[in-house]
Amino acid sequence: MTTTDIPVAPAREGHGKPPKKRGGRRREGAAWVFLSPWVLGASVLTLLPMAVSLYLSFTDYDMFNAPRWVGLRNYVQMFTEDPRYWRSVGSTLTYVVIAVPLQLAVALAVALALKFMRRGKAFYRSAFYAPSLLGASMSIALVWRAIFNDGGTVDNLLGTGGWVNRPGWAMLAVALLTVWQFGAPMVIFLAGLQQIPGELYEAAAVDGAGRWRQFLSITLPMLSPVVFFNLVLQTIQAFQVFTPAFAVSGGKGGPADSTLFYTLYLYDRGFVASHMGYASAMAWVLLLVIGAVTAVMFRTSRSWVFYADEEGR
Amino acid sequence: MTAIPPTGTTPPAAAPRRSVPWPRVALHAGALAVLAVMLYPLAWLLATSLKPAKEVIASLNLLPSHLEWSNYTTALEGVNGVSVWQLLTNSLLIAGGAVLGNVLSCSLAAYAFARLRFRFRGPLFAFMIATIMLPHHAVLIPQYIIFNQLGMVNTYWPLILPKFLATEAFFVFLIVQFMRGLPRELEEAARIDGCGPFRSFFLIILPLTRPALITTAIFTFIWTWNDFFTQLIYLFSPEKFTLTLALRSFVDASSQSAFGPMFAMSVIALLPIVLFFLAFQRFLVEGMASSGVKG
Repeated sequence: MTTTDIPVAPAREGHGKPPKKRGGRRREGAAWVFLSPWVLGASVLTLLPMAVSLYLSFTDYDMFNAPRWVGLRNYVQMFTEDPRYWRSVGSTLTYVVIAVPLQLAVALAVALALKFMRRGKAFYRSAFYAPSLLGASMSIALVWRAIFNDGGTVDNLLGTGGWVNRPGWAMLAVALLTVWQFGAPMVIFLAGLQQIPGELYEAAAVDGAGRWRQFLSITLPMLSPVVFFNLVLQTIQAFQVFTPAFAVSGGKGGPADSTLFYTLYLYDRGFVASHMGYASAMAWVLLLVIGAVTAVMFRTSRSWVFYADEEGR
Repeated sequence: MTAIPPTGTTPPAAAPRRSVPWPRVALHAGALAVLAVMLYPLAWLLATSLKPAKEVIASLNLLPSHLEWSNYTTALEGVNGVSVWQLLTNSLLIAGGAVLGNVLSCSLAAYAFARLRFRFRGPLFAFMIATIMLPHHAVLIPQYIIFNQLGMVNTYWPLILPKFLATEAFFVFLIVQFMRGLPRELEEAARIDGCGPFRSFFLIILPLTRPALITTAIFTFIWTWNDFFTQLIYLFSPEKFTLTLALRSFVDASSQSAFGPMFAMSVIALLPIVLFFLAFQRFLVEGMASSGVKG
């Protein structure tokens, strides 16, 4: 970016490292003025809280008395003595593994279908996108609970009883609410599909490649950066799901803790039971897990994400 | 773009023209079927908000036997003695403050990252991007302690103030991406004419960035409006509740008689988002699309 700068007004802005010129200094100062709100927010509301949160995770703290250092006690308790913790880990992981791939698969399928449409594309695009905005609301979470409840629509149609009241199934109901919001990744897929040059398909068709072959050899590789972007974003979001779990389970993570998602249990420990130290430890484990999962995705992406403009580098 | 046939399909020009393009009909039929399933929960919500109490459950019929408008009059009375108008005002206040804060602070930071040069720009930009992935919970408890020490718990400050400090890095990134696409010659011409970075920003860059700013404003509004977790933690006086938080009172409610008013209130809480969506869907959809593709 910066190297393409054309030095129109020479000496105003040195390309060399130390901006010794007065103009350069002033521009550097201006940059910090523009950055000041962000710097304040990043330090006081992000970096400092991260450090404090790490410290608190080694303490016993209830908001009223001074934090008491307990070393690794919170972590030991979490990993070895708290079955509810592991249940929250289990349901969150199950949810992430079910909801994210399913949501992305539906998003990609619909995006591909829309790509072939001549008419009505804009209409479908907007209509499918709407749930992505509405779905995060408490209103829809309440609708979900009613539809998947005993005597609700799903019970009436499938005769499976209320999902919301059955361990295992309640989690699936929350996952379906996530899948329902496939519009956001779909829109990104669609935009990605439109950027694939048509000549590639024309060349492939000349070489006798069929639809399926074209999909595997052109569409998927060309779309892989967008798949990767969606995967990372949706996974990170899925780890932090809260509102639907809260609504579906009446705020308690039931039945049998099957919708006691990680964040719900963190809220319960910290803000209901006033174990801020324990909740901080949970938060740090979540941070590390999300960091690790993201790192693994970035690492493995080298073998399957294809950047056209970096070819041959 | 409309004139060119979609790529990937083998051109049917060689075959004699058929009267009905069956693959396309099937495509539309499929899309409409998916759409019907997707819209069902919304139709259900609207229908239930107008149903008499005894029809809510036990009836697969979507349409109510008669329209029970009293659900809405009950809902307007509100929850815990706080009227819906008060709740609505509270929600609007928080969302409005958040929009102002995000647009202002994120565009300032974005301009510095996209256009200005300063020490540590690379590392700081990387850090800013990393905070997009940072789970909110990692900073939640100390933030709560800070706001508690400042006496700001149970006020709107914890919900609005962070937005004035560009804490939602996603929007900084979005605006940076947009600003990078603007031609640099504009500012260079302005610089020759003696424009400093501040005048360049306010007079040249900011007006051109309008689409990204509108996207930021709309998303901030909708996300803040929908946000439940932060409000749940920071607000506890019923008169300070937002619509979202007031709906929480219904979460524990299992009595069927409350169903009609509860869903009437749900409709009221969704209405602003629906209106925003209808008015700005183009910006929303394109804003979302561009965030993932250019990166």
